Amino acid sequence: MKRLLTEAKLVLIGIPVAIWTLLPIYHMFLFSISTKEEAFSGELWPAHPTLRNFGVVFREQNYFLNHFWRQFANSLLIAVAVGAITLVVAAGAAFSISRLRTRGGRLVLNCALFTYFIPAAFLAVPMYKAMGTYGLLNTQWALILAMVTIASPYAIWVLKQASDKLPWELDEAARIDGASPLQLFRLVYLPLIAPSLVAVGTYALLLAWNEYLYAFLLLSNDKDITLPVALGHFLSADDSPWELLMTTGLIYALPPAAIYYAFKRYMVAGLTAGAVKS
Amino acid sequence: MSTVALPGVEAAASAGGPRRRLSPWQAWGLVLLAPYVAVFLVFVLYPVGYGLWLARHPQSYVQLFADPVFAGSVVNTLIFLIVGINLKMAVALFLSGFFVTARPWIRWLSVLFILPWAVPSIPTILSIRFMLNPEWGVVNQVIFRLTGADGPNWLNDRWIALSMAMLVHIWKSLPFWTMILIAGRLAIPGELYEAASVDGASVWQRFRFITWPSLSTLYLTSAILSMIWTLGDFNSVYLLTGGGPADLTHVLATLGIRYLRLDQVDLAMATIVSALPLVLPLVYFMMKRLSR
Repeated sequence: MKRLLTEAKLVLIGIPVAIWTLLPIYHMFLFSISTKEEAFSGELWPAHPTLRNFGVVFREQNYFLNHFWRQFANSLLIAVAVGAITLVVAAGAAFSISRLRTRGGRLVLNCALFTYFIPAAFLAVPMYKAMGTYGLLNTQWALILAMVTIASPYAIWVLKQASDKLPWELDEAARIDGASPLQLFRLVYLPLIAPSLVAVGTYALLLAWNEYLYAFLLLSNDKDITLPVALGHFLSADDSPWELLMTTGLIYALPPAAIYYAFKRYMVAGLTAGAVKS
Repeated sequence: MSTVALPGVEAAASAGGPRRRLSPWQAWGLVLLAPYVAVFLVFVLYPVGYGLWLARHPQSYVQLFADPVFAGSVVNTLIFLIVGINLKMAVALFLSGFFVTARPWIRWLSVLFILPWAVPSIPTILSIRFMLNPEWGVVNQVIFRLTGADGPNWLNDRWIALSMAMLVHIWKSLPFWTMILIAGRLAIPGELYEAASVDGASVWQRFRFITWPSLSTLYLTSAILSMIWTLGDFNSVYLLTGGGPADLTHVLATLGIRYLRLDQVDLAMATIVSALPLVLPLVYFMMKRLSR
């Protein structure tokens, strides 16, 4: 009897948690398979589910979707570039600070940590002005470099934590064998911290793919913007096709969710190691 | 056996030192560090310095403090931090206890539970925005069907709209903090709980004397980090309410961007500088904690 009561309590917690979690996502899915009339009717399941919205989005048959594929490619390109550049910048810095014990490394690490803790929305204002000064405004390089700036501090921190755990005997053995610093870096160090590199690269990639604020500030041309900015544009009209907005949103949300679940093992380990060290 | 060879290695590595010439190891150290240093100087130090220089006029602050939107934003930000974060962390603490319960279906639920964190925030926030649409949104339609009365105009009232923005923020970030606290709970040795149940401890006593003492440091760190991130949460407010109605639901993060869009950069920077007394102690705390 007491066991049954415990199970009942757990179910009573579990059901609201499931509804709370899934409702906005289910709502988005529901709109994507409904016609406009059915979407606005407030039913919990459409009488005639349809995939027509996806066809409209893929064929760019709406004013708001004129550059859908172009914007999708922009998002992808920028995310991949940010992931790759962040990996190069952060792996070099972490190796230098942790393994080569470069003078001033501690200071650089503190600068990186400080950057990590500046709320991104606050950094956005001076960043926008600086990008104007550099003549990068309205170019995709502005967004790529801004996202590398935001992603690399955490990346360096995670990679440095991972590097510190590697045994010193490895470096010594490599030096005795006459390896150059670059050989130590490429042949010993990078393979050993590969799991952390996966975590960090995925983190930077997702951060860039998901970013709205910086993309919306730094890019304005319809052919340059990323998908989230295009989604925001739907709000500019009162009679926006919300069923198409939700369809596009769903298509936009699927790749990062899939990547997140595929790399979850790395992500969770990286997050708990880096974000909160108790 | 590597320790035998160690003195020779050290001598070789430090040989370049006294002659003030960099050994290849030190030179490569600088080369590999250089890209990040460049990123930091060009995209953090210079912009921040330039921004602070733009915010140097006392006149900007006089103008800012005279703007009623600023005062409202400060109040909203504080409510967001005090109510939003305490609510979020308390629920995360509770749910972390729920999710460490060993049941197959709870494992499956925990996989689903991460979804809000795993998907980008823009489409889901817009989805919630439409759910709260007074005429066409599903929330008011359900209210109408159940009670026959019209539901509230959710996003057209300052306090309801602000509460909804807080709920959006909690919806998005609750999974992350729950995961962190689950990791914290799993690190507590199981023998402690076994010993407690032998002694006949109640659920509350087990929490009070075992779980909480082990988790309190992690909980505090999480709350502080969450405060920093919440201060920078632009999306929850901007995409749900756009700062409206009548600029009444702005927080400092969206207010800075609002001034920037109005081409009042000095006010935008002044807004950020005004937030620094709140931000810097939190950042200092976190840096102390991570540097240990």
